[in-house]
Amino acid sequence: MRLIRTAATWLDDRLQLGAPIRDTMEHPIPRDTASWFYVFGSAAMTVFAFQLVTGILLALVYVPSGAEAWNSLQILNHQISLGWFIRALHGWGSNFMLAIVLIHMVQVFLFGAYKFPRELTWILGIFLLLMTLGMAFTGQVLRFDQDAYWGLGIGASICSRVPIVGPVLVKLMLGGPIIAGATLSRFFALHVFVIPGLLITFIGLHLLLVLKLGINEWPMPGRLVRRSDYRQKYHALTHTDGVPFVPYGVWKDAVFSGLILLTIAACALYFGPFGPSGQPDPRVIQTAPRPDYFFLWLYALLSLLPPQLETPILLIGPVIALIVLLALPFVSGEGEKSWRRRPIAVLTILLVAVSLGTFTNMAEHTPWSPVMDASTSASIPSKLLSGRTPLQIQGALVFQEKQCHNCHALGGIGGQRGPDLDAVAVRLTGDQLVRQVLQGGGNMPAYGKNLNPAETTALVAFLQTLHPAAAAQAKDASQAPVAQP
Amino acid sequence: MSDLSRRQMFLRISMLFNGLVGALLAIPVVRYLLSPVTGGRGAADNRWVSLGAVDRFPSGQTRLAAYRNPIANLSDGETAEIPCWVRNIDGNNFQVFAINCAHLGCPVRWFPQSRLFMCPCHGGAYYEDGSRASGPPERGLFQYPFKVLDGKLQIQAGELPTPGPSAANRELINIRRQSPCA
Repeated sequence: MRLIRTAATWLDDRLQLGAPIRDTMEHPIPRDTASWFYVFGSAAMTVFAFQLVTGILLALVYVPSGAEAWNSLQILNHQISLGWFIRALHGWGSNFMLAIVLIHMVQVFLFGAYKFPRELTWILGIFLLLMTLGMAFTGQVLRFDQDAYWGLGIGASICSRVPIVGPVLVKLMLGGPIIAGATLSRFFALHVFVIPGLLITFIGLHLLLVLKLGINEWPMPGRLVRRSDYRQKYHALTHTDGVPFVPYGVWKDAVFSGLILLTIAACALYFGPFGPSGQPDPRVIQTAPRPDYFFLWLYALLSLLPPQLETPILLIGPVIALIVLLALPFVSGEGEKSWRRRPIAVLTILLVAVSLGTFTNMAEHTPWSPVMDASTSASIPSKLLSGRTPLQIQGALVFQEKQCHNCHALGGIGGQRGPDLDAVAVRLTGDQLVRQVLQGGGNMPAYGKNLNPAETTALVAFLQTLHPAAAAQAKDASQAPVAQP
Repeated sequence: MSDLSRRQMFLRISMLFNGLVGALLAIPVVRYLLSPVTGGRGAADNRWVSLGAVDRFPSGQTRLAAYRNPIANLSDGETAEIPCWVRNIDGNNFQVFAINCAHLGCPVRWFPQSRLFMCPCHGGAYYEDGSRASGPPERGLFQYPFKVLDGKLQIQAGELPTPGPSAANRELINIRRQSPCA
């Protein structure tokens, strides 16, 4: 025991770190910030450290080569003992890190922490969010499976739309003319060296600012921030009624971080690692590429934006969002901090959350995409077929054979790209159905070249039977018999 | 001249010197970083590659073909095996479409019954001649310039087709240069 103490004294005599560490640990914080609402920042940092460790463990086996990466993941999953678990920890850690960073951001926004004098802390936080998203995207590429391959294609297609420098950006992103080994190598360098290095630097600065400027005090409705006297008031808050960070604040941070790590481990154990899905062989085209969870909203947005607006929104939208986020602490650097008196702030969060949630939910069902195998695997409900004439039955066959079912649902089965047709005969007359089928329109391709007259007649005969028993068929008013008095 | 300003002058000289060294070293670094764009040895990315014998593509049908990308490295593995759709219009005229949707590059699939290409990602659809039928794409499928040489179908390929404006323009120029009778 005495030996340890002697060694510690010797080390501190040389390093002289003991006093600054003690000062840091015991720095005074406002009493009410030792709260469960103030644990997300430290939890994000803990998960980041956890990602560093599991990432290094994976790098011991992972081969960053286009020809071998996928195989090395198979080895991790199936041959190395508990390799699957380390992969699962890293994958779930990534999801949790992004989620916690977002929660942290919402919390500091609603608590007005970005206001004077903590503008720079907020700005560094924005960059930390971007880097975390960058880690999530590059990490998904390192999985180098089908989803990663086609996801890179989507990234390249978006880059190519930048005016003038688009094609140059595509080649810089891909490291060559196509998605290949060089692409994986550069995403490996980004994921393993560049972005983590930046993250460590920015986390250090972010943390330094929290120490220098003090943690944001618990916002009280009516206690306004003013540049002229904020620092004095904060000083009074910490030095008259403050408590030392250790042990008052730190134990909740530690408990929450521990719980998060435990939850990550539980998820990893229960759900296992993410993928990899199929091999990155572009010849295997029977695939429906999907991004990871946190990019699903973007996937939905890309399907739903009107074509003409897509490029401008894709290119200008992120710039505007970034400017708004960066300008926020300067535009509203003073005034009310409490969310109870900032209804627009609360509504903004709700609006963003509901939008992202809706898009994410839609992306899990992809109603905009044809159901590729509906024509071979989806059935037509028997009640729509019983009691029909041979011509109408023939029409149902045409419906199935020509893959109408891929985009149109019957009885809730089939694609949702186009309207479901359970009651189409109520909406359209026979002539209108013929016109719609042959000429297309709206979002529907024209089938004129692809259906012979007999097929068209049969198909329309079938479609005209599709109306609820209680609802009458649509009639052409111009051809209706004139009612006799 | 006081000793202090003399020291300051030395400081400035040393900083200027290091700035120059940095700038000098930056030149090769930037050129190295730009090599995917400048092409390393100045080679054009698009070259003629064979898709196999013409009679593999029956008249009136659209078939999947694949080629090894003309520029490929050992570390590329299967990613250098690029698929494409070959449409034999009438025995003499062909269309060779890129696999990538003109919206965001996902792999389109051919449905012979409805004579449509459909994209699994965001619901783009194209007619059999590659023109846009519906969905988010703003244009038709990308096409490779092709020629028939010694009974083999050859296409000019090598670059991932992307919907950016200049890529599309370049492709149009290529197609125009290519006489349909070639």
